[in-house]
Amino acid sequence: MNRKMTIVIAGAAETSEIGRLPHRSTLGLHLEAAHNALADAGLTKDDIDGIATVGTPGPIQVAHALGITPAWLDGTGVGGSSFLFHVRHAAAAIRAGLCHTVLITHGESGRSRIGATRMGFGPDSLAGQFELPYGVFGPTTTFTIPALRYMKETGLTHEQLAEVAVAQRRWAHLNPRAMYRDLITVDDVLASRMIAYPFHLLECCLVTDGGGALVVPSEERARALGTRKPLVYLLGSGEAAEAPLISQMEDFTSSKAFRLSSRAAFAEAGIEHGDVDHLMIYDAFAHLPIFGLEDMGFVKRGEAGAFIAEGHPSPGGRLPLNTNGGGLSYTHTGM
Amino acid sequence: MSASQKPVPKPTPETQPFWDGTAAGELRIQRCRVCRRHYFYPRPNCPHCGSGDVEWVTASGRATLYSYVINHRPAPGFEAEAPYVIAVVELEEGVRMMTNIVGVEPTPENLPLDLELRVVFEKRGDVHIPLFTPAGAAG
Repeated sequence: MNRKMTIVIAGAAETSEIGRLPHRSTLGLHLEAAHNALADAGLTKDDIDGIATVGTPGPIQVAHALGITPAWLDGTGVGGSSFLFHVRHAAAAIRAGLCHTVLITHGESGRSRIGATRMGFGPDSLAGQFELPYGVFGPTTTFTIPALRYMKETGLTHEQLAEVAVAQRRWAHLNPRAMYRDLITVDDVLASRMIAYPFHLLECCLVTDGGGALVVPSEERARALGTRKPLVYLLGSGEAAEAPLISQMEDFTSSKAFRLSSRAAFAEAGIEHGDVDHLMIYDAFAHLPIFGLEDMGFVKRGEAGAFIAEGHPSPGGRLPLNTNGGGLSYTHTGM
Repeated sequence: MSASQKPVPKPTPETQPFWDGTAAGELRIQRCRVCRRHYFYPRPNCPHCGSGDVEWVTASGRATLYSYVINHRPAPGFEAEAPYVIAVVELEEGVRMMTNIVGVEPTPENLPLDLELRVVFEKRGDVHIPLFTPAGAAG
């Protein structure tokens, strides 16, 4: 085990197109993203000896379709953060000598649902017994429930919640690949269709088709292979989980998983908040960047709404946040 | 084939006592005999201290409104009810569970957080679903 070994991202890419891709299957999206990432790194499939992706189609199918014989596989499937878990797990595997160069793939036909897994929980599952009977209908009816409690406890206003969508649209406006690019106002957000009060349509993420992939070796291996692009260094990472049912989240005003995973990442990296000048926080719904800013310690509890409304995470601000436009405006394949 | 219907939960061996309770008009939850704390959802060991020495107790049925959404995109089977309230309530015993708030117009004004509630049961298939209604409501 070489704990000092520096791990890098040597290649990173998305599918050539994102958005509405009815001509691509879920597996096809994985493969296209994988080839694009390999090309970005200047490597071939034969340089890869480790593979990580979520449970379906899964690492066996993806590796076989690419013609890769992996010496190490990871199928961790914990939702949208799975691929960041894979980076952390790949780093550990490389440091342990289990493999040298890991390919992480994502592909999801979230909008067109071509070759996609059927969604749903059995009536005897936890969700089937304790959530589905109440008419929940996907994450818009579960992820969103804590927001009102947060608003009551901290005084966050509906306008401040809407500002999250406004701020991210400013970034999407600058990004030709973003699905929605027209600038919007708080009034536009509050006038958009109510989905699940207090969330309007523009405060909920998109559902799109697309894929992405990463090539993760050690720095030493990347240099030996002669990868093409500047290396991105993995300074620290963390992983955590909270509850399988939204009702069991300990405190509806704070995510334990955000707190614990970020604390671990900061500790490993040995950096302070002031060292961070670019932040990406998952934004399935508009309250999540607010929770993220507070739970990761970038602002104090109850301050994130004003921080966003004052423009600090917007273009030209002091902490650029979700700079591709995020799931609210750029793309969001479902995971 | 009728129109889509609301999902009916199917008990497992671990959850059967909960559903037997709702069928009897009681909200039954588990309590640890060692650390004395209540917990929900049903499972064999106390999540606080790990003890397997746990018992089923009947909750008072009183709760407060912890948080909620008013859902405008109905799930299959709920078309006639939209918009409807999907809530998480905190039982007097300290545990939280998801439910629907019924017997009140689903508006933010009618549903201040911490509103006092009481349990009611809706028969669905062979199962009784615990729902909550404002404590002051008739019925």
